[in-house]
Amino acid sequence: MSAPRPSAYLANAVRSGGRSAVEVLEESLAAIDAGDGEVHAFNLVMADEARAQAVAVDRTVANGEDPGPLAGVPVALKDNLCTRGVPTTCSSRILEGWRPPYDATVVTRLQRAGAVVVGKTNMDEFAMGSSTETSAFGPTRNPHHTGRVPGGSSGGSAAAVAAGFVPLALGSDTGGSIRQPAALCGVVGMKPTYGTVSRYGLVAFASSLDQIGPFAATVADAALLFDVIGGHDPADSTSLNRPTPRVLSVLDDGVAGLTVGVLAELLDGADPDVVARVRQAADALAAAGARVEEASVPEVVLGLSAYYLIAPGEASSNLARYDGVRYGLRRDAEDTVAMNTATRSAGFGAEVKRRIMLGTYVLSAGYMDAYYNQALRVRTRIIEGFDTAYRRCDVLLGPTAPTTAFALGAKTGDPLSMYLSDVCTIPSNLAGHPAISVPFGPGDDGLPVGVQLLGPSLSEGTLFKVAAVVEAAAPTLAPPRLSQEVRA
Amino acid sequence: MKPGWEMVVGLEVHCELKTATKLFCGCPNVFGDQPNTNVCPVCLGLPGSLPVINQRAVELAMAIGTALHCEIRPSTFHRKNYFYPDQAKDYQISQYDEPINVNGHLELPDGTVVGIERAHMEEDTGKTTHAGASGRIHGADYSLVDYNRSGVPLVEIVSRPDMRTSAQARAYASELRAVLVASGASDGKMEEGSMRVDANVSVRRSPDDPFGTRCEIKNLNSVRSLGRAIEYEADRQIDLLESGELVVQQTRHWDEDAGRTQTLRSKEDAYDYRYFLEPDLVPLVPDAEWIRAVADTMAPMPAVRRARLVELMGEEGQARGAVVDQVATVVDLGLDPLVVAAAASGVAPGLALARTANEAANDAEAARRLDVESYVALLSLEADGSLTATQSKAVLAEMLAHGGEPAAIAAAKGFEAMSEDSLVSAVADTISAFPDEWARFCEGDERVGGALIGKVMHATHGQADGKAVRAELARRRG
Repeated sequence: MSAPRPSAYLANAVRSGGRSAVEVLEESLAAIDAGDGEVHAFNLVMADEARAQAVAVDRTVANGEDPGPLAGVPVALKDNLCTRGVPTTCSSRILEGWRPPYDATVVTRLQRAGAVVVGKTNMDEFAMGSSTETSAFGPTRNPHHTGRVPGGSSGGSAAAVAAGFVPLALGSDTGGSIRQPAALCGVVGMKPTYGTVSRYGLVAFASSLDQIGPFAATVADAALLFDVIGGHDPADSTSLNRPTPRVLSVLDDGVAGLTVGVLAELLDGADPDVVARVRQAADALAAAGARVEEASVPEVVLGLSAYYLIAPGEASSNLARYDGVRYGLRRDAEDTVAMNTATRSAGFGAEVKRRIMLGTYVLSAGYMDAYYNQALRVRTRIIEGFDTAYRRCDVLLGPTAPTTAFALGAKTGDPLSMYLSDVCTIPSNLAGHPAISVPFGPGDDGLPVGVQLLGPSLSEGTLFKVAAVVEAAAPTLAPPRLSQEVRA
Repeated sequence: MKPGWEMVVGLEVHCELKTATKLFCGCPNVFGDQPNTNVCPVCLGLPGSLPVINQRAVELAMAIGTALHCEIRPSTFHRKNYFYPDQAKDYQISQYDEPINVNGHLELPDGTVVGIERAHMEEDTGKTTHAGASGRIHGADYSLVDYNRSGVPLVEIVSRPDMRTSAQARAYASELRAVLVASGASDGKMEEGSMRVDANVSVRRSPDDPFGTRCEIKNLNSVRSLGRAIEYEADRQIDLLESGELVVQQTRHWDEDAGRTQTLRSKEDAYDYRYFLEPDLVPLVPDAEWIRAVADTMAPMPAVRRARLVELMGEEGQARGAVVDQVATVVDLGLDPLVVAAAASGVAPGLALARTANEAANDAEAARRLDVESYVALLSLEADGSLTATQSKAVLAEMLAHGGEPAAIAAAKGFEAMSEDSLVSAVADTISAFPDEWARFCEGDERVGGALIGKVMHATHGQADGKAVRAELARRRG
């Protein structure tokens, strides 16, 4: 059985002239118009720019040329990806009025592949959060249950795909910000190996952890999008200058002969219904010919603590440039320092301020060795722990998040409980490894559960083919109520 | 400086590298353009932009390391975090605990060896102009920032505290400047800020005492300012210590007009820069082949060039006191290739050195553009007596001003060498006109010979060759 690939069908229909890109786009815009008032997946819908792009795609087809593998496919971008001349806000007041003079590398690659960018999606402010509730523009709601969060920080992109507004979206993942909302919204989300997708034009949160990745309704569509955005970019010094795994071609290869380790530490603390789904996915992989065993990487329990020292440390430096001098918000005051202070006080939300203060503290003279440098040592140990596990296993399996989608407001007063939402996803970021979240039926509350596959660096090919088998075995998940209404 | 005290000086020199583009982006590295025209997302620190290292800047940094006899090592970049409007990202990308060049030295013309602790790479900031009466930030009506300089590649060269007088510090700055220019890394223009010097100064009573508390002096815009500021600062510290007070470690600003240093900030309010490894860049690991390739393409350093000229002068030349100064001038101005070429063509090295150091040096920029063969031809004309020294200098002035071939210029000026007949008759005329002098000369008064030569030169408007006149006079005296 071949994995379902609606975006690929769509692109092929446009490429062959069977459907027009303009018509496909108008369906997407109509769906957004009908449903986004309730979901608030988008900060900005770029209807005019998108129509111009769609017209250009159709013209290319009419001229007998090939617009590319994503011809006419509507794609949503997380609002921390720079788009030339179009506001890029990171869901923060501090970037008010700023229009980047350049496109992120991934945006250029999407356009070269014929994709149509329809808008910028809501997110936790500067990607700091796990529920999209720290956005300065209000939260995004989960299309499966609008009283629940979509996860975060790429909650807008996850919700846009889940709601059927767009078939594809890009997010960024620093500690789970693609995979966790993908799990909570019942879509596929993938974080690539650090360095396989260019960060040029991604507004930085924590540079050594950030990575752009795809959202899609299916594993095959995520693979298609990953193949388009991956590959070396000389504008990003951390971009790997070696062949990026091509994943689309290996998608149907199956799991026979592969060893899958069920990662014990990720099961600890997860809700029983979530654990049950992970076990069920493991059984499905065994049934498909994989060798399934129990695995342990004891060091990963240290991941959350190390992450909350390293990521804020880098963020405190990355966010220093929002000082009111060159762009974005400025609150005037009697001198430069007062202006900096007034601007940053007014422009940043509480969670961003919390992390800037934490990060500034852990890098300060006298504290750096005890906190930041200690966290770097932990990071090295986590990498070594994974290395040991990957000597036995090709991939590791666990939950993506410990719970299904929680209620709006449930954790906003308790940062530590919010931080725990990322406990299963953070280790891959610290290691620089790829990981993918695949929807695997509903939990006891009827809301989506995601299972996560983790692999060593550049194991994307293996991850995607295992993910395709998991997807094929997944219990049925009721489509989001919203997207049913939109389709009706 | 007061007797009974010794000053200890170390210098930190920032040098802008002469690359076509900036350190982390493709913007032009040009001084003096319209403000904010050589900028892009990277050097403006726009959100989402990322740095990519300029390979040519790395090569020039390695050239500096090679010229200063440093160990060239694998290196990393850190972020130095502080808020300032001309700091586009509010952090500076700089090398910190793993610099590219370490443990070198620079030998000064007088033989003093100054240790080089490190020579590391970093990016320059933009430039802030404060509008208002003072020109400084306090009391300014508003400030303007030009980011053209933001991201310009710098190498910071940190000496060891090996200098003991302001003269040594000045000599170090001059010699370092010459080395930076010779290595091709920098144009060394202090007035345009492409070379900036900070001095660390402390004093102690005896070379056996531990170092005293030091102060760092900034805003030294010339080698002369450097010397003045160090002298002032050492005296200030001595006065404090002699009156029983302590020197407080601080950064001080040199006020050129007032001729004194003033507190800028003390150690207590020093920034906490929160250095950490720059995650947007990867380590720089130059292999041996690359380091060798850089060294192989480098021109010889000033010390080597000076030694070559001194050797050319021979034992007799070296004995002349003026030679050391002339050699230093010629090498400093980059005119030594003229001397070397002339000597190779058989011109007396002493003549070539003197003409170059005394006359060509008057317009060094034009002299560096001189066609070497034409210059050698001029000196040959002088050496073989076709032109007198006076004529040769006049022809050279013309060549420097407008170019051209020496023979043609000499002809145009009527500087044809005098025929032997004309010279003989000019000498005869002079003897007739000054019989008393001639008589005294014939009696052996050699001093009057010089006067007679002068009379001939005057009568021939300098066209006669002095040596030939002297020979003719001697012949007639018998």
